[in-house]
Amino acid sequence: MDALMTQLEALLADNSIFTLQTLSYYTEGLTVTVQLVFLSLLIGLVLAVPLAIGRSSKRGWIKWPIFAYTYVFRGTPLLIQLYLIYYGVVFVDGIQETWLWVILEDPFMPALIAFTLNTAAYTTEIFRGAIKSTPKGEIEAARAYGMSTNLMLRRVVLPSAFRRALPAYGNEVIFMLHASAIASVVTIMDLTGAARFVYARFYAPFEAFLFVAAIYLCLTFAILYFFRYLEKKLLAHLQPMS
Amino acid sequence: MIDLHGYGPRLLEGAGVTLSLALLSLLVAILLGLLTATAKMSRSWVAHRTATLYTTIIRGVPDLVLMMLLFFGGQIGVNIFTDWLYYQFDIDIFININEFVAGVVTIGLIFGAYMGETFRGAFMAVEHGQIEAGKAYGMSNALVFRRIRFPQMMRHALPGLSNNWMVLLKTTALVSVIGLSDMVRIAAEASKATREPFTFMITVALIYLLIASASEWFFARLQKRYDIGYGEAD
Repeated sequence: MDALMTQLEALLADNSIFTLQTLSYYTEGLTVTVQLVFLSLLIGLVLAVPLAIGRSSKRGWIKWPIFAYTYVFRGTPLLIQLYLIYYGVVFVDGIQETWLWVILEDPFMPALIAFTLNTAAYTTEIFRGAIKSTPKGEIEAARAYGMSTNLMLRRVVLPSAFRRALPAYGNEVIFMLHASAIASVVTIMDLTGAARFVYARFYAPFEAFLFVAAIYLCLTFAILYFFRYLEKKLLAHLQPMS
Repeated sequence: MIDLHGYGPRLLEGAGVTLSLALLSLLVAILLGLLTATAKMSRSWVAHRTATLYTTIIRGVPDLVLMMLLFFGGQIGVNIFTDWLYYQFDIDIFININEFVAGVVTIGLIFGAYMGETFRGAFMAVEHGQIEAGKAYGMSNALVFRRIRFPQMMRHALPGLSNNWMVLLKTTALVSVIGLSDMVRIAAEASKATREPFTFMITVALIYLLIASASEWFFARLQKRYDIGYGEAD
């Protein structure tokens, strides 16, 4: 490790912008971006499953409020949602006296909440589409076996719906990675935040932003290949024969 | 009614900026998309590779990063170019990049890549026999494109196009970050001045929803128009 560091130092010796110092901003930014994206996707996924089931329900009082939620969150820019939560949370009466304030004071939390709500809305619609396209025969078969609705959902509908939703969900993950760049707008030092800092300090837009663009490109490809691998594994029965 | 503290007219102005920015970017994106789709389907190796590189890079990098790169980097790039012109040819000009133009070009460039994919799929869905029939009638390539390929392609492209438009519309919010006075920026300023973020952000959100619903209606009508001659799907 030490040998590697000295090598890196030698390599960077005559570079005035990419010093070890600025590279450490980028690595810290990478950690923040990955944390933010991973956590919001994870929580969003957990929220989206029951919401998608509710959204496919025949009962209006379950279906319509969820539809309204997804419509609003998919129809407005994420930036507005972030602003609303980031600037708005201060004005909730008495919140600054409660324990919640300790968490919400850090811009990371409002960003995480906004991203989670946003991805949950998109994921809900993706899953709803997948649930809706469950072949009727499978549901009839489950009913014929005397399965309750819960058991049918757990054993028949959801497992196949998850598989069908996989390609669209992969796109959502990439979309979320790209959307997370706006976290830098509310002073979070994510990858883009680091790039903006380096740009402002050295007035070097090409170096700062091209470098960060390359990192995002690598991350995007990593996600793409991961989902391709998953699809190969889980959707093997849908691949062309040859 | 919502009290906008006198920010109403400015917010409306901002909405105008958002809408004109979105429409102009859409135009750029459609033109670039058609070009990209043509390049991707062409037999020329260079055109094909260039188009693939363009769509891959644009779709792999966040919009905001591209916007900052082109906006902050664009001015420096232009300056380097004009300096070079001055030293080489003694031409003395100064080009100042306008924020609005930069916004249109950037968003157009980003969505040109997405449109390219949409159009490529749609062009390939047009039956080859149709094109052959056009040629048999003695139509030139341009006429075949205008009368046969384009109208039939649009039928397949419209769902993707409307999807891209919705995403594009929401992406315009990002120009507020690079300093353009669209409605998001005005709402953010008003929120800070009046300390009432909910009022302004919710108003802006409602305007976005309004534009989105209006577009949905418009695209549904357009789809109907391009579906003429085809039966209902089911």
